[in-house]
Amino acid sequence: MDTNLARHTLALLARFFSGASVRWVDSQPDTCQRVYFANHTSHLDAIVIWSSLPQEVRMITRPVAAKDYWTAGAVRRYIATRLFNAILIDRTEIKVHQSPVDIMIREIGQQYSIIVFPEGGRATGINPEVGEFKSGLYYLCKKRPDLELIPVYIDNMNRILPRGEVLPVPLLSRVTFGPPMWLEKGEAKTDFLERARQAVRKLKETD
Amino acid sequence: MVFGILDARTLGLVGGVLLLLGAASIVVQVLRRRTDLGLDPGIIENLHRRVRAWLILFSGLAVAFIIGKTATVVLFGLIAFWALREFITLTPTRPGDHRTLFWVFFLITPLQFVLVGMGWYELFSVLIPVYAFLLIPARIAISGDYKRFLERTAKIQCGLLICVYCLSHAPALLVLRQGGNPAAATASGDTTGAAEAAGKTAATGTAEAASADAKPAGPLVDIESDTYRNTRLLFFFVLMVQLSDVAQYLWAQVPSKHLIAPSISAARTWEGLLGGTISAMLVGGALWWATPFHGVWWWMAAVMSGVISLMGFAGGITMSAIKRDRGVKDYGTLIEGHGGVLDRIDSLCFAAPVFFHCTRMWLGN
Repeated sequence: MDTNLARHTLALLARFFSGASVRWVDSQPDTCQRVYFANHTSHLDAIVIWSSLPQEVRMITRPVAAKDYWTAGAVRRYIATRLFNAILIDRTEIKVHQSPVDIMIREIGQQYSIIVFPEGGRATGINPEVGEFKSGLYYLCKKRPDLELIPVYIDNMNRILPRGEVLPVPLLSRVTFGPPMWLEKGEAKTDFLERARQAVRKLKETD
Repeated sequence: MVFGILDARTLGLVGGVLLLLGAASIVVQVLRRRTDLGLDPGIIENLHRRVRAWLILFSGLAVAFIIGKTATVVLFGLIAFWALREFITLTPTRPGDHRTLFWVFFLITPLQFVLVGMGWYELFSVLIPVYAFLLIPARIAISGDYKRFLERTAKIQCGLLICVYCLSHAPALLVLRQGGNPAAATASGDTTGAAEAAGKTAATGTAEAASADAKPAGPLVDIESDTYRNTRLLFFFVLMVQLSDVAQYLWAQVPSKHLIAPSISAARTWEGLLGGTISAMLVGGALWWATPFHGVWWWMAAVMSGVISLMGFAGGITMSAIKRDRGVKDYGTLIEGHGGVLDRIDSLCFAAPVFFHCTRMWLGN
């Protein structure tokens, strides 16, 4: 199948099954290089954010995903490598000169934007709280301070495909994109990560 | 002249309603711009939303009628699916309910509409209130999460009953067998989708022959086949639900207000209920020609419209209570951009089974 057609189909299917309504709060879609960072509650999160972006933005946006999950099986591999153009990170062997941040920087070049989930793993529970952010986001910004950071909050996806489930339940969800932020000069790592986390949390409250 | 499951009379009715709606939407647009008339902007905004929703609903219905019976059943199936989606989204469930919900959405909901499409009354009338209602608690129990067990079970059952089971009785009107006319009933039961164009003349032909032979009692049996009468009946039903709904809303605007349940809704008054129901009965009675309740039974169209209005009220106030409890005003706004299907069909859901059973009792065989 034609890859572009397959991409549109996947985006449409994802929009239908996740029932996602999309909001941009004090923010606009743009094709400049960005890092979308979001809370993580479901395997579908990356697809949902990706499909929520306007088409021309979607074409240059690559989710960062776990290699072990997305290369298991031909379908996932096809979706991740051909449709999503995902940047796959090997969680099991992280080498010194092949740190995830280095791979991301190499892969995005001067063109692509990425979707990351800085919590590291998926949050669990009925009403999951946004967890502490891993430091990768900080090192990424340190090396590429020009990247625009867009906080994203995904609501209700944990009920659509919770951890450990294979089959989704088609409830409605909501994706909120927040205002851009940057790493300030001389900002300490913990301060920055906390500020980024709060930016995501804040989007939960906006109605 | 026939299109899909529309005959000339239904076509006239559907076309007339769409034209009126077109005119109404223009009037409402003008009223929205004219702020100098001193009209309550809240009321105009409410009417604007209603007219827009009606245009979508009635155009969708008209297209489905033109395609055929199956398309109409599928349309209602999709509406039910979407309404259930909104209902469960706003109902707190636990991870232990996940697989139960999967069966509810992907097995029970489609199956209900398949059975309705087949006209299998004996099964579609018990599938959800018996079998699904036993399956739900059992499946939740198997998942091993017993916290607030009865509450969770009841929430899922309630959503399924209102959004799927009740609403499925609206398209079930299409498979109703009327007036002691077995030949017509069989023909209409078989008339679906693509086979329709070919089967049409045959069906009408058989119906005519059969009714001439059987000399059916009473004025209820026409020579036209059940298919067309049922389509008109369904359209009449949807139209009367919407009309009684807006009539109740408009009557509730009269200055003397006696609220029925102030803690639940500030918009539902006794004036609205009585005025709306009487108005609906008058309009419904005036539309007697569009229903199978014509002939000596002309007043029955008015009585049925009254029943629709009362049940529509019951649906509206029940949903308001659920919304109050969940702390949302409209089902649509929390999950924005989806229009709030449930808000628009609450009265339809409650009125459908009652209207179906009354019609079946009085006209069916």
